[in-house]
Amino acid sequence: MSLASAAAMPIEMRARWFAIAVVLVAAVALPFVTSGYQTFQLSQVVVYAVALLGLNLLTGVNGQISLGHGAFFAIGGYAAAILIVKLHVPYAFAIPIAGVVCFVAGFLFGLPALRLGGLYLALATFALAMATPQLLKFKAFDAYTGGVQGLLLTKPQAPLGLPLTRDQWLYLLCLAFAAPLFWAASNLVHSRIGRALIAIRDHPIAAETMGVDAALYKTTTFGVSAAYTGVAGALMSLIVGFVSPDSFGLFLSLSFVVGIVVGGLASIPGVVVGAVFIEFIPNIADSIADVFGESAKAMPWAIYGLLLILIMYAAPSGAAGAGRKLVAAVARLRRA
Amino acid sequence: MFALTHQLLSGLAMGSIYACVALAIVMIYQATRLVNFAQGEMAMLSTYLAWAMIQAGVPYWAAFFLTVAISFVVGAAIERLVIRRFDGAPVLTVVIVFIGLLVIINSVAGWLFTYEIQTFDSPFPDTARFGAGYISPHEMGAIGVTLVMLALIYAFFRFTPLGLAMRAAAQNPVSARLVGISVGRMLAIGWGLAAAVGAVAGMMAAPIVYLDPNMMGGILLYGFAAALLGGIDNPWGAAAGGFLVGVLENLAGAYLVGSEIKLSVALAIIVGVLVAKPSGLFGRVVVTRV
Amino acid sequence: MAALLETRRLSAFYGQTQALFDVDLTVEERGVTAVLGANGAGKTTLLRALCAMVRRQGEILFEGAPFNPREAEEAARRRIAHVPDGRGTFLELTVEENLRLGAYTRKDRSEVARDLKRAFDHFPRLEERRRQQAGSLSGGEQQMLAISRALMLRPRLLLLDEPSFGLAPLVVKDIFRILRAINRDEGVSMLIVEQNANLALDLADRAFLLETGRVAVSGASSEVRADESVRRVYLGY
Repeated sequence: MSLASAAAMPIEMRARWFAIAVVLVAAVALPFVTSGYQTFQLSQVVVYAVALLGLNLLTGVNGQISLGHGAFFAIGGYAAAILIVKLHVPYAFAIPIAGVVCFVAGFLFGLPALRLGGLYLALATFALAMATPQLLKFKAFDAYTGGVQGLLLTKPQAPLGLPLTRDQWLYLLCLAFAAPLFWAASNLVHSRIGRALIAIRDHPIAAETMGVDAALYKTTTFGVSAAYTGVAGALMSLIVGFVSPDSFGLFLSLSFVVGIVVGGLASIPGVVVGAVFIEFIPNIADSIADVFGESAKAMPWAIYGLLLILIMYAAPSGAAGAGRKLVAAVARLRRA
Repeated sequence: MFALTHQLLSGLAMGSIYACVALAIVMIYQATRLVNFAQGEMAMLSTYLAWAMIQAGVPYWAAFFLTVAISFVVGAAIERLVIRRFDGAPVLTVVIVFIGLLVIINSVAGWLFTYEIQTFDSPFPDTARFGAGYISPHEMGAIGVTLVMLALIYAFFRFTPLGLAMRAAAQNPVSARLVGISVGRMLAIGWGLAAAVGAVAGMMAAPIVYLDPNMMGGILLYGFAAALLGGIDNPWGAAAGGFLVGVLENLAGAYLVGSEIKLSVALAIIVGVLVAKPSGLFGRVVVTRV
Repeated sequence: MAALLETRRLSAFYGQTQALFDVDLTVEERGVTAVLGANGAGKTTLLRALCAMVRRQGEILFEGAPFNPREAEEAARRRIAHVPDGRGTFLELTVEENLRLGAYTRKDRSEVARDLKRAFDHFPRLEERRRQQAGSLSGGEQQMLAISRALMLRPRLLLLDEPSFGLAPLVVKDIFRILRAINRDEGVSMLIVEQNANLALDLADRAFLLETGRVAVSGASSEVRADESVRRVYLGY
């Protein structure tokens, strides 16, 4: 490494920390300038970002394809709702507990998943996604799940009489959970464990012969990934104030896949782009539907599908990849 | 006893539809080692096409065969224009492309035909001549149509030069090229056939489950379960798996778990087979060299 | 007599790696050319390059005209039959189905039927096993099947990749005897890649020795056989 590039390094790192600080400050400040509904939407973006982070850890970083992460979103949401509504647990505790429940569920699903290579795992998780709404409506669990109706939650107020609206408080709550989760995920990916996960994704047999305990890593990753998405599901149940079986169908899982593809597989910052995408595209499509008629409601998914194929064809690393190329191009121009 | 026989027979009827879907999935899997997640949606769109023709006054069987033919062409076109571009791409990429196809076709159907549920009349007369009560005329017709189609496809692959060429291209593409077979064209034809078979499945299913853009979701899932159970590299095993799964679904629904969570039966079969015996009942165990 | 097959400065690449460097070789009308060399010399690559199975540069002339295949299936259509290394048998299909596939590009049904009968006359053991799965045949039988399948094309040029590989010496003698008969009686030209230099030089009239992708020695097979380096390294005396 030349002297020039060594001196340049700390500047890039400092720039990075600065950027993160700016983003955080902006994020915290946002709810005070946006309307109630917009704040609600932003909360959903934060929640989706955490959910996508979970899926990205499993599929992007570790290469295990899941088309069924909506199931863990559902388990998290229902676990939190049941804890809060039926067992009267304070919501601040219900959320992490829901995360732990999902970790266990994910770990358990990860055990048989060890036997399944890419395509077959995709099949099995596809089946999981389709079966989830029916399982949630299963009569035997009605007492806990509220059956077809689902469960209603009261949206919490800001504590200690702080001068915040409910929407603002919920947004900050989501941010409070999201920030450390992002930090942890970023550390994980850049650590030795992260490299092992990537090695398992790209060269599974070589990784094993190098002493990586692939089975343990893979099942644990499944658990962690499910926990992240479960926490997101729990937060979502608080934000919208209810859980019901039909909101957790196949297309929820597929929109998660769209999110990580658009944002960039294995990219941590990319999940924010993905979350913004899956939150706002349906809205835009709705406005277009107002102009072009009811059937245009089908449009978001037509757009999603087209984008999935185009991105896989032209830019397999999604927005993050495009961003990296842009940064590299700018750097080249500066040096020239 | 009546109830059991009835469950068995209508299970076989639904099973014939699963057998068609399973066959379509296995045909593509054998040639490409890929699972077509969009198979159900393609069948659904074909069924809507038939419905539109019938609504416009075309007689049923004319619409039926026209739909099969058009589905063949569209299936081949999808392979040629979309799937071919991802030849050799990693599994995750291809799965995502299939999901893309799935949602595009689903939303196109929703856009063109709305999400209102439509009725789709059966071509088989309502007045049952025999088997009254045990099985409806349409259910019998569905089983009949499926068996005829299975026989035709078997004959095609076994006795015609093109069928032989397709088998060769699927088993050993390199050698197939060396005898002059255009492997690309075989793939396109394979996709066309799978789409045609799927169209038949859709048209047989619509009178039973009614026509709407999401009609094939559960059926596709059962098709997967059937293909895995029968052996995903064995088309006749998959067809047998279809009938088996149809019966299992009905019996489990009636006597075990209730009809509301039937899809979990499919999930259980899929995970169970993949974990316990991935090659299925009639498939081969493939040992890959490291 | 003009050469049936001629390559000019033929190079071949696996991805970025170059495996053949400016190879010039010929196969005469009704002739047999042998390509010799150690493992990794590029012999198989040469045959693959002729059939567009690897990226190539340079010219190929077949029957006097430029031959520029983009896909491997074009070789068969020009009546070049390639028996690849490993024999390329369709293991799950029957013996008869394998043979019929050899004639896939032909339209003359009655002639194909006659050729099928002739293949069984050459190799009675194949007729005994005609409805058996090809994978159940012994190594020698599979080689006979592979050669017969190639002949079903009624090829002008037969490309053979290591026909002796993995076979017992007596079986190999048999096969080379049959190859000589086919060349002599039916006039099929051949390009044979072989590690067994003795056998190949016995059969061929021209020979080329490849070393790390380049032609090191070439000429009439009697000359090549007499060449000092060839004798020491490849013939063992």
